[in-house]
Amino acid sequence: MKKDKFKGYAKWGYIFCIPFFLAYAIFQLYPTVYTIIIGFTDLKGVTTTTFHFLKNPFENYSFILGNSMFRKAFGNTIKLWVCNFIPQISLALLLTAWFTDRRFKIRGQGFFKVIFYLPNIITAATVAILFSALFGFPMGPVNDILQNLGLIKEPYNFLIKKHASQYIVMFIQTWQWYGYTTVILISGVLGISTEIFEAAEVDGASGWQTFWLITIPNLKTILLFTLVTSLIGGLNMFDIPQLFVFGGGPDNATMTTNIFIYNQAFKGSYQYNKASAASMIMFVIIVVVSAILFYLLRDKDEAALERIKKEASKAKKQRDKEAAKASASAGE
Amino acid sequence: MADTEKKIKVAPVAKKVNHNPALKVVIYIVCIILTLLSIMPFVIMLVNATRSTNEIQAHAVSLIPSKYFFNNLKILTSKSFDPKVGFMNSMIVSVGCTVLSIYFSTLTAYGLVIYDWKLKNAAFRFIMAVMMIPAQLTTIGFYQMVYKIHMTNHLSMLIIPAIANSSMVFFMRQYMVGALPYELVQAARIDGGKEFYIYNKIALPIMKPAIATQAIFSFVTSWNNLFTPMILLTDQKKYTLPIMVSLLRGDIYRTEFGSIYLGLSMTALPLIIVYLILSKYIIAGVALGSVKG
Repeated sequence: MKKDKFKGYAKWGYIFCIPFFLAYAIFQLYPTVYTIIIGFTDLKGVTTTTFHFLKNPFENYSFILGNSMFRKAFGNTIKLWVCNFIPQISLALLLTAWFTDRRFKIRGQGFFKVIFYLPNIITAATVAILFSALFGFPMGPVNDILQNLGLIKEPYNFLIKKHASQYIVMFIQTWQWYGYTTVILISGVLGISTEIFEAAEVDGASGWQTFWLITIPNLKTILLFTLVTSLIGGLNMFDIPQLFVFGGGPDNATMTTNIFIYNQAFKGSYQYNKASAASMIMFVIIVVVSAILFYLLRDKDEAALERIKKEASKAKKQRDKEAAKASASAGE
Repeated sequence: MADTEKKIKVAPVAKKVNHNPALKVVIYIVCIILTLLSIMPFVIMLVNATRSTNEIQAHAVSLIPSKYFFNNLKILTSKSFDPKVGFMNSMIVSVGCTVLSIYFSTLTAYGLVIYDWKLKNAAFRFIMAVMMIPAQLTTIGFYQMVYKIHMTNHLSMLIIPAIANSSMVFFMRQYMVGALPYELVQAARIDGGKEFYIYNKIALPIMKPAIATQAIFSFVTSWNNLFTPMILLTDQKKYTLPIMVSLLRGDIYRTEFGSIYLGLSMTALPLIIVYLILSKYIIAGVALGSVKG
């Protein structure tokens, strides 16, 4: 019945979707394939567009994997992401627990959410340069405040210290993103049926128990979403470390893989081929890690349900077959 | 109203459990500290934009604006930082991206929801699969392609790719399934409406709430984008605001602190104002995106 209503209009479905797929093919699929191809060639130099395939196709890949700078950049990227994700998600969970606990009835939640999310909306380039000014030496605002509070005697040059610049980049990332995560988690909690919370209250569960035994398990999907999007963003980290301290920072302490790729391709000897290989390595890492996370954190109940369904249908088929056999033999 | 209702319902149960009033004080203190942390960098930035470099070097933190705003402005604009050019270019790119991605994403979603065609499910599955791929990792191929056709300093190369925005298509589709009844399209057809006419005059207006949310985020994302413009644009007249801002980090402004803060303020203040006006919708949009996505 429904099929008839659609008849004759099918071609419009293609017409409406063609612009998307055309633009996707030209501006995303083709560049992706092109990047993969360049990774196997000798393409370098600022005005070069012609290339030859290498005799050893994986030469660029083995160069990148053996390159100490790439390894360092990869280590930094992981470190910067982990050390900003953990405080960020902890702070967001804490704020979520506080804001959604009806026994506290925190006032001004709307105001706090708006203010906590504010840093996220500001251009990352602006934020990075603002912080490099705030941590300026010898008379930046942070040095000024620390000296006035008597915490340090001499002005401290944060931007040339390896660990200090790493910590500041982590701080900026956390500062920019915890508000976003908080808003998302709170909306997730508001989506959980209130009856569960009421039942827990009647049973005399403490706020802590309610949070760990009811809120967290129900937030699993949203936590997974946050984790995966944050990880993809983290592995692509560029703006803040690039502009906070130039050129990878003191002793390359804030060099991320994306800055490495940028420097390979668009600076020095313009080694597009090696940068492409590095891009593809990161690409594979991101796809594999997201797939693993989705698999590990998939809804176990749903998966179990699926399995039961499958087994049930298998058993049913088996039964049908046997029944058919039985009826066939009975017919004889 | 809703609040009082909740209170009445909850009250008899809640009184059984005593909570620690000290903890409530702690919560407010933490929230106030976080509020200060969020705001202070911007307050210092705005105040210092009006102070002279000498004043800043004597005391970097002050809450009292000074009178060197125009002096800072003169120094700022006498060098390569040109906020007008950056602002215009960013405006062109962001508006272009937003309009294209909204129109074509909704169009694609409409094609997926309203019509029944052979490859429909395959197309939707494909869009979902490519949603997670970060575009930054294919920049080198993109750059080479654009370079080959001699379009590196054209803003259009930052705008046209916005036609294919897979996560927006996904969002629009999810919204449309619930918001646009098929009967409405049928009725419009009986009245003699052509397919594109129905889409423009009936589907688009119904999608307004989803479009508003997505438009804000699309605009902000492309306004703040640094990576792609930085690779494609080498001509200073084509610089977008984030690249313009990155000039402030260079040697030419090394000791002109007042001007640096002013340049930063000029890029941040419009966003802060627009954000505070639209904050209600933006926060709701963030929450909605997570639930739907």
